[in-house]
Amino acid sequence: MTVNMTKGQAISLEKKDGATLTAVRMGLGWQAAKRRGLFGSRTREIDLDASAVLFAEKQPVDVVFFRHLVSDDGSVRHTGDNLVGGVGQGGDDEAVLVDLQRVPPHVDQIVFTVNSFTGQTFQEVQNAFCRLVDETNGQELARYTLAGGGEYTAQIMAKVHRQGAGWTMTALGEPANGRTFQDLMPAILPHL
Amino acid sequence: MVAELVRGQNHPLPRTRLEILISAEVPVLVAAALGDEGGRVHDGHGIAHHGTPVLPGIEVPRAAAAEHCLSADLRELSEAVHRVTVLLALPGMAARFGATAAPRATVTDADGTEIVCFTLAGLDAESAVVALELYRRQGGWKVRAVGQGYAEGLTALLADLGLSGASEMAEATHEAGRLGAARAAAPPKARPSEHGPVDYTHPGRQGPPQPQPQPQPQPQPQPQPIAGDAPGWSMEERLYNQVWGMFEDLARSTAALRSAADFAAARLDRELDEALADPRARIGGAGEAARETARAKHDELMGRAQAAHDRDLAQLTAEAEAVEPALPPAYARWDSPVWHGHRMPAELPRAVRLGDLHLPESASLRIPMLVRLPLERGLWVDSGATQAGFTDSAERRRLALEVAVALAARLLAVHPVGEFSVEVIDPAGAGAGPLGALTRTGVLTGPPSRGTAGVAQALESLTRRVDLVRMAIGGGATEALPDGFDTARRLLMVNDFPQGFDDRALTRLRFLADEGPAAGVHLLLVADRADAGEYGPLLDPLWRSLTRLTPSPDDHFADPWVGHAWTFEPSLPPQGGAVLQQVLGVVSAARIKGK
Repeated sequence: MTVNMTKGQAISLEKKDGATLTAVRMGLGWQAAKRRGLFGSRTREIDLDASAVLFAEKQPVDVVFFRHLVSDDGSVRHTGDNLVGGVGQGGDDEAVLVDLQRVPPHVDQIVFTVNSFTGQTFQEVQNAFCRLVDETNGQELARYTLAGGGEYTAQIMAKVHRQGAGWTMTALGEPANGRTFQDLMPAILPHL
Repeated sequence: MVAELVRGQNHPLPRTRLEILISAEVPVLVAAALGDEGGRVHDGHGIAHHGTPVLPGIEVPRAAAAEHCLSADLRELSEAVHRVTVLLALPGMAARFGATAAPRATVTDADGTEIVCFTLAGLDAESAVVALELYRRQGGWKVRAVGQGYAEGLTALLADLGLSGASEMAEATHEAGRLGAARAAAPPKARPSEHGPVDYTHPGRQGPPQPQPQPQPQPQPQPQPIAGDAPGWSMEERLYNQVWGMFEDLARSTAALRSAADFAAARLDRELDEALADPRARIGGAGEAARETARAKHDELMGRAQAAHDRDLAQLTAEAEAVEPALPPAYARWDSPVWHGHRMPAELPRAVRLGDLHLPESASLRIPMLVRLPLERGLWVDSGATQAGFTDSAERRRLALEVAVALAARLLAVHPVGEFSVEVIDPAGAGAGPLGALTRTGVLTGPPSRGTAGVAQALESLTRRVDLVRMAIGGGATEALPDGFDTARRLLMVNDFPQGFDDRALTRLRFLADEGPAAGVHLLLVADRADAGEYGPLLDPLWRSLTRLTPSPDDHFADPWVGHAWTFEPSLPPQGGAVLQQVLGVVSAARIKGK
């Protein structure tokens, strides 16, 4: 069952049988810009980028984005930069995979963000969404719709943070502006 | 090295006189069908079986047995034969391969040197199976591992090959098989697992005896590691990828530990400072308590980080213990048993082990340092002073040369005969001792070059060689190389560089370092950079273009993922060097035989 998350809603990543999740994937999908008229190649492509920032007690210790695809410790992996988007039918065009068991012990929060690298606002992007998937069985845990997100070029999507022995996910849904995750750092800090 | 084929994989056959060994747990019938380009067999004379065991170019055994040997001479086959299908069948009508251990087929040349082997794993209700196909391809022959089974038995198999009267022939074959089995009076080996489960796992992939599982505190013990547990087209490729996977995993696990340690140390510092700066803490025991708390937090985090790292290390150590004994000679340590009874391989190696790498946090876990062949960069064994600090310069030089000799010997031993040759420049003759291992066995192209004239001559000839190959490649006319041109890769080993080198020779050596690898000429220098001090920065590009190896442990290699400093240790034969002598003896004997 999919949960459509609203801003600030927290979801515990414990499975129903009490076992905690071991691997999650943050997927990002959007529809490629439609080709217009005769000079279709002149259409500006839409490049959204998914990033994950690893924090230890509110200090960033590592980041996974299109120029650093694997965190140094190997626990967070980006599947690679997609520059144009997809068919917009719900498939992931970019994904960040997190092996929660391998996350180093001092890392207590991982924040997922989306940026429009090519500068279009989310109003101009069709069918954009972010979702969290249990990587072990492919089940979708949560989905957040980006489309109609207003005059913003970035969004701080969600964070997963340690709670007890397991992890919890909180939807943040905070709109922001910026080309890469670095521009978002001031906006992320209040959410930690 | 024997190529272990998987289903569907093919392999070129270097010789036309072959023997095909079939071994199975129970007696099986073996036949060979001679087919046309489409693999169709036109009449009953196109199949060699018990009744007509000898056809031109192929001979099969007459009776069912557990061990078979077919001999084939592919040149003797008629021109119309494009495919030889080797098939196995169980003699009894009700038999099934699933009830026996997987049969195994090995193709050797007439001398008994194994070329490929294939295990027919995963069979179940089938009672007949196509094991291998030998087929013509571009003027030569290749072998393909097929493993296609037929639950309906030999009749269906023969019908698939296009044989008319397949069922009569199959029946006759079965009948003969039963008689043959009775005549052979070789009762099947007592099977320990008559009714128990049969192990179908690929015997070539089981690896060595598995290490005993460590008693682990985790609720879910990690799966036991096996050698070759990585993608790749061949066992060699899979092992290469697995070793690099272990290298990456160790780098990342250590990165997690170091990152946690840095964070814990910084937090401890900050909290101690805060405790000190708090005026309330100066009176009473509050300050002491705050410091205690900060230290406890630090220790607790480090305990968890260390536990995670220990868990990874235990897993990687178990994997290393499974992988290390399975490594082929090119990847193996000198003390590995694969070097005993070493035979010259038929195929070019993909990579070679230069030494071992480890990190200070896990000094007992050594990662083989494998680099791709042909070498893209030259090698430089540094005979200069290192941090580990041998004070005796002569001792350092001798050790560096021994590292270079062991490496040259390894490269010679893992290339097929005639594919790799080594020549040596020893300007002052100072390396005669360690070089003796190479010179005595006669594996070099000639005696080591001596003196300035010798250096000039050796470099002149190699430079000309590289020029020729470059021109041929550049002009797209590799066939235009002079007759008798030796196409073997060449390793030039230079002892005590730059002694005996004049400016002209230096220029040539730099040319070889830059252009040689693409033309099959590789450098192996033994040098102390301090000796080249008089040339100033002139030689800096040369040093930079070489991969530096050290005779003693030295941490100068960075991994490509995180950039840790890894300690390199060279791979040296165990004391006495008997293994080296024996392996070089094999190289030398194979070379004489090849001529």
